[in-house]
Amino acid sequence: MRTVALPRINTAQAWREAARGLLAGGTRPEDVLWSFDDPAQVDLFAAPPPEISAPATARVPKSFVDMANRVAWHSGDDRFARLYAFLWRLRDRPALMQDRGDAQLAHLRAMEKNVNRCAHKMKAFVRFRDLAADGPRRRFAAWFEPTHHTVEPTAQFFARRFGDMDWVIVTPDVTAHFRDGNLSFAPGNARPDLPEDATEELWGTYFCNIFNPARVKVQAMTSEMPKKYWKNMPETRHIPQLLANAEARAREMQAAAPTLPPLRAERISAGLADMRAVATRDSLDSVHTQIRACTRCALCGPATQAVPGEGPRDAALMVVGEQPGDTEDRVGRPFVGPAGQMFDRIAAQAGLARDQAYVTNAVKHFKFQQRGKRRMHEPAHKSEVMHCKWWLEAEVALVKPKLIVAMGGTALLALTGTKEGILKRRGQIEETAHGPVLATVHPSYLLRLPDEDARETYTALFRQDLEKAAEYVSQVA
Amino acid sequence: MVKTLSEKLAILSDAARYDASCASSGGTKRGSRDGSGLGSNEGSGICHAYTPDGRCISLLKILMTNFCIYDCAYCVNRVSSNTTRARFTPEEVVSLTIEFYRRNYIEGLFLSSGIIQSPDKTMEDMVQIARLLRTRENFRGYIHLKTIPDAAPELIAQAGLYADRLSINVELPTEAAVAAYAPEKNPATIRAAMNDVKAGRAASKDRSHTGKRPPKFAPAGQSTQMIVGADGSNDATILGQANSLYGSFGLKRVYYSAFSPIPDSSAKLPLVQPPLVREHRLYQADWLLRFYGFSVDEITSVTNAGNLDLEMDPKLAWAIAHRGLFPVDVQSAPREMLLRVPGFGVKTVNRILGTRRQRGLRYADLQRMGALLKKARPFISLRDWSPGKLVDTADLRARFAPPPEQLSLF
Repeated sequence: MRTVALPRINTAQAWREAARGLLAGGTRPEDVLWSFDDPAQVDLFAAPPPEISAPATARVPKSFVDMANRVAWHSGDDRFARLYAFLWRLRDRPALMQDRGDAQLAHLRAMEKNVNRCAHKMKAFVRFRDLAADGPRRRFAAWFEPTHHTVEPTAQFFARRFGDMDWVIVTPDVTAHFRDGNLSFAPGNARPDLPEDATEELWGTYFCNIFNPARVKVQAMTSEMPKKYWKNMPETRHIPQLLANAEARAREMQAAAPTLPPLRAERISAGLADMRAVATRDSLDSVHTQIRACTRCALCGPATQAVPGEGPRDAALMVVGEQPGDTEDRVGRPFVGPAGQMFDRIAAQAGLARDQAYVTNAVKHFKFQQRGKRRMHEPAHKSEVMHCKWWLEAEVALVKPKLIVAMGGTALLALTGTKEGILKRRGQIEETAHGPVLATVHPSYLLRLPDEDARETYTALFRQDLEKAAEYVSQVA
Repeated sequence: MVKTLSEKLAILSDAARYDASCASSGGTKRGSRDGSGLGSNEGSGICHAYTPDGRCISLLKILMTNFCIYDCAYCVNRVSSNTTRARFTPEEVVSLTIEFYRRNYIEGLFLSSGIIQSPDKTMEDMVQIARLLRTRENFRGYIHLKTIPDAAPELIAQAGLYADRLSINVELPTEAAVAAYAPEKNPATIRAAMNDVKAGRAASKDRSHTGKRPPKFAPAGQSTQMIVGADGSNDATILGQANSLYGSFGLKRVYYSAFSPIPDSSAKLPLVQPPLVREHRLYQADWLLRFYGFSVDEITSVTNAGNLDLEMDPKLAWAIAHRGLFPVDVQSAPREMLLRVPGFGVKTVNRILGTRRQRGLRYADLQRMGALLKKARPFISLRDWSPGKLVDTADLRARFAPPPEQLSLF
């Protein structure tokens, strides 16, 4: 039987070195007795510690090392023996680390979870008090009672967080000192007498007032903040009082009759309304403002913003598309997405100056279906097109174009009442209530044609349509 | 009358408690080990205390002021309320944050505000506080700023440089409800602000042609909050809205806050409080959307008039309504299907996948992997477990629903 004595400070490292030596010597788990920080408890029949001649190495999965570095801080007496027994099995079966159904591994993982939770609670529940030291660095101290030996592995966290002050965390187990940027550990102490700190009062005030008496969930609180931690946390002394009054306070809030608003409320609300009623420069601006605030149909909900038309107020040519796409919806301007860029390119080839035309859409909001992280375009229903026609008509009436180019079925539906037979009607000028309308396909149709030849044919036709529009406008003007 | 710091803190934390968000996770990793500043951020948040309402205190959550020129019916700070008013100076907020942080009470600051004078002025003051903390105090902890609707985009851009997270509340799930209860707020400008933050985050990830990175912009992302139960919207509407917010603006979280009675409440509001469990079910459904591969339609297909079942969680309700797909063979089922088994979480499923590569699974293995077998039992089969006719029994629902309660006579 071999006895390995492990120290209270630097335990995890010591266990790893000992385990490495034992493994190299081929010592079986049942032949090792582990003791922790207790020189008196030595096995009477102990053999001398193993002589290690060559530097001992053992290869194990990294996940085991990480786990052992946590489990070593558990307070259970059997932790070292369990770790070594598992390590012994792991020698020739490294894949064992992936087997979460293995009973021994499950037990170690549970111990690891306990240590992690204890470390996390220590990060959360340590409460420093100001020692009011004069000097360049402020000094703070805390008393804490952890469940496991978590001071040492957790102290690094406090060093990273409170780098510009000196602090000490005293526990019955180990005491951590941080002075001038140096972290050191010493054996534990009894509870020190820390000076009163006035900030604890303020903290208590905050704790009491952030609590909402209308929703009491005591179990949700105690499961995350177990009572064993309460005695060292200044705010917890308010809890009984808060719970005792909560129900009455909530009832009172519900029962209280609505009060009359204070006098100043009316004055402020009136001032705010004045501020909002901004005078508009001309009516197209006002139409655009109203479009941005439109809630006439359900499309306004999911879309980012409405996209009104853009272009000269007296343009001879108006181009009507279908609806804003993903890009237009984010940017808030029409014809800036892929289809818009394609339109710009072909229009330039056709001799049609984009900045001379007023471009807008038949539907002002983006309609889409959410698929994972992507927003897939969806055609607007007839009822939505008809609702939105109100705005298109307002734009047509104000701009008074000589010719309207309707691109795609939706625009055609809005301007002529039907979208049937678009491929037959394209290239022709129809007389409508809104003036002459030239029907053509939408550029996104060209983008979506899978067949290379068909795309070229239809792109050429689209270019012809735009040339025709340019010619018509130059003749009328 | 001049109020003391303690009185102001009482008023302005009282006014801030209706914001559910307190997360301090995400953000850039940083620390002060070299002694050049104060604070650290390690990616995962820490809850430093819990109040008896079950909510955690992670951040110092306060309003800069509870004076407000808006008149939102559900809000305790609306202009027509008779609540006591107070206002912090920027220095007071900075010193409270630093002193609380040094004593390890908090992870950082969550600053919101009522709207005073104008949205721009309010936002400017909030940015000023964040700037003082970051540049003068060298504060490396977490800062969450609530952006003010209608504030200028330049101010939001500045806020994003100092804050880890930005948020703006959509408040209510439908446009009609916002118009009715928050007449001064405009859902379109709220969406535009979210869009700006998304664009700012995307731009901060683009390197320049020299490979230089632009400064980080709101590294922990943005979130929002919806009030549940103040208007008549059902759960299907709320989840649909949440899903489109996640998709359109890449939100990190949507918080659902069950409407709770407020002191000095407006006559416009319902006096009944929605059950807190409704809020809980919405969060469960939200998780199914984000981590379990469910679509909104699937979750809402098993609802009653668009509202989630209050007696059981949405995943269990879905499984009971789709018994034809069960039992699932744990040894061979694909990941997507394992995620649909009630009682199996994402971690459990990962463990199953890892282990079944090595060997055959047994019932006791699942217990050790953290599966909730009481729930999962009827829906799975293994080499040493078969649910038999359990999944087809008529009273399957009754096995999970809480026992019927006799109405009280009094």
